[in-house]
Amino acid sequence: MPTYRPGPVSLVLAALVALFLLLPLLAVIPVSLTPTRMLAMPSGELSLRHYRALIEDPRWINSILLSIRIGVVSSAFSTVLALCFSLGVWMFQPRFTAALVGFVLLPMVVPPVVSAITLYFLLTSISGVSSFFGYDTWLGVAMAHAVMTVPFATVLILVSLSQLDRRIDLAARGLGATVWERATRIIMPNIKFGIVTAALLSFVLSWEEIGVTLFITSVNAITLPRLMWMGLRDNIDPAIAALSVILIIITVLVLAARSAVVRLRAGQ
Amino acid sequence: MKAYLSDRMGAALLMAPLLLFLGAAYAWPFFGVVNWSFTLPEPGLGQYGTLLSDPLVQSVFVRTLRIAAIVTIVSVAAAYAITLVWVRGTPAQRVIAEFCILVPFWISVLTRAFGWVALLSNRGLFNTWLQAIGFISEPLTLVRNEFGVIVGMTHFLIPFAVFPLASSMRSLDDRVLLAARGLGSSRMRTFWSVFVPMTRSGIIGSALIVFVFSLGFFVTPAILGGGRSVMVAELIYLRIFQSPDWGLGAAISVVLVLFVGTLMALLFRYVRPKQLI
Repeated sequence: MPTYRPGPVSLVLAALVALFLLLPLLAVIPVSLTPTRMLAMPSGELSLRHYRALIEDPRWINSILLSIRIGVVSSAFSTVLALCFSLGVWMFQPRFTAALVGFVLLPMVVPPVVSAITLYFLLTSISGVSSFFGYDTWLGVAMAHAVMTVPFATVLILVSLSQLDRRIDLAARGLGATVWERATRIIMPNIKFGIVTAALLSFVLSWEEIGVTLFITSVNAITLPRLMWMGLRDNIDPAIAALSVILIIITVLVLAARSAVVRLRAGQ
Repeated sequence: MKAYLSDRMGAALLMAPLLLFLGAAYAWPFFGVVNWSFTLPEPGLGQYGTLLSDPLVQSVFVRTLRIAAIVTIVSVAAAYAITLVWVRGTPAQRVIAEFCILVPFWISVLTRAFGWVALLSNRGLFNTWLQAIGFISEPLTLVRNEFGVIVGMTHFLIPFAVFPLASSMRSLDDRVLLAARGLGSSRMRTFWSVFVPMTRSGIIGSALIVFVFSLGFFVTPAILGGGRSVMVAELIYLRIFQSPDWGLGAAISVVLVLFVGTLMALLFRYVRPKQLI
């Protein structure tokens, strides 16, 4: 237990920071209930029309479905690649491991805008060869998202492998298990939590991705963030406020559920 | 010998797919971009010459550095206050602080930028309230300028500044603080002369992370700056999509990567990677 507690000055400052952090999230709630077609504070009358627009307007539905499809495909792809790579690193500890891992982490540390122009170059080059896999196609976006999310998946899987006891793998090896058996029957069951977390994080990152997506889509592959971006740049559409409220509520519920699970586990 | 060979084969087979994928989908096109910077519109160092001489490009670089510096100082200071409560508060205080840090952290950058537009725009919450109570007659211009960009970026980056700070505050030995108090130092003095210096590595780590992130920031400045407070990342976007000058956009990207790479090298020289998590 720490004996050093924050004093009253720290508490007041921290409360101000907390207010600053929550304020913009709370501000979207009244805007989402405005009865007007423009961004404004509701005066008196409240309306749910912008929530209805989300369900009725096919643009929103289509982009949500597209984002889910891209998220699932890119997350599956990046998780499988990250898992194989991490298993190779952990089981064989090859030379130059640090350099190879560093290379894999590059898309995470390079400024996103540079990754964006890089992937723009890639997809426009592919577009010359194939029409359904390149600039402004959903497969192209899924591949670009896989590039951006694979470092995060790799880090999560490597971290969960680092907590695994090497002796169980040595025992399996000593008893004659093949590489395939060691990987699928010994190691993977022990890091399944890390693998699932990696897949979920990859999905969430793809679902939210905008910096790269802006560079590699124009009119066909409109993901949800791309549609929000279009609504934010021109005349601000209050439907974005309604959507934001829903996304915020989902986030809060997921985090609350997670902390409840953690607390339950700690209690047992 | 045979086992050794099969080990090497196994490692190669498992690691190859990802390495080949990133080599083809990331490293190769990156060199393509570098190539653009030397060949478009004509071969040579012309675009790098433009970078050094064009006043517009220079003003964007200066603005980016200025905004990044301000955002870094404000974010780290704000993060320090809330991290202190998150790591060392009473259990109830910790839960509240954690909620306030993690909820914004997981919400998308677009939603958060939009929240600031809803608060700060001319018909937003602040201006509506201030006018309703008669404090101002004309709405204040709070977004589509540098102020809006700084507020939005600070909001985005505080959670990122928290994590290195939290790790350095957790690993701090309480007995040192008790010793300082026992030797008659006041609470204030214990904080400033013992606690803060002992979290120095966390402060350096979080300042560098925030600074590096803000240099390449795109979405928040583009939305809250409204085209009037263009930063480097938005300049690259504009050079690619609006006034097609791919060579200049590529050259700016190369300079940005080199600059960030140097900063990262400094970061890992002074702070061990473990302290950042």
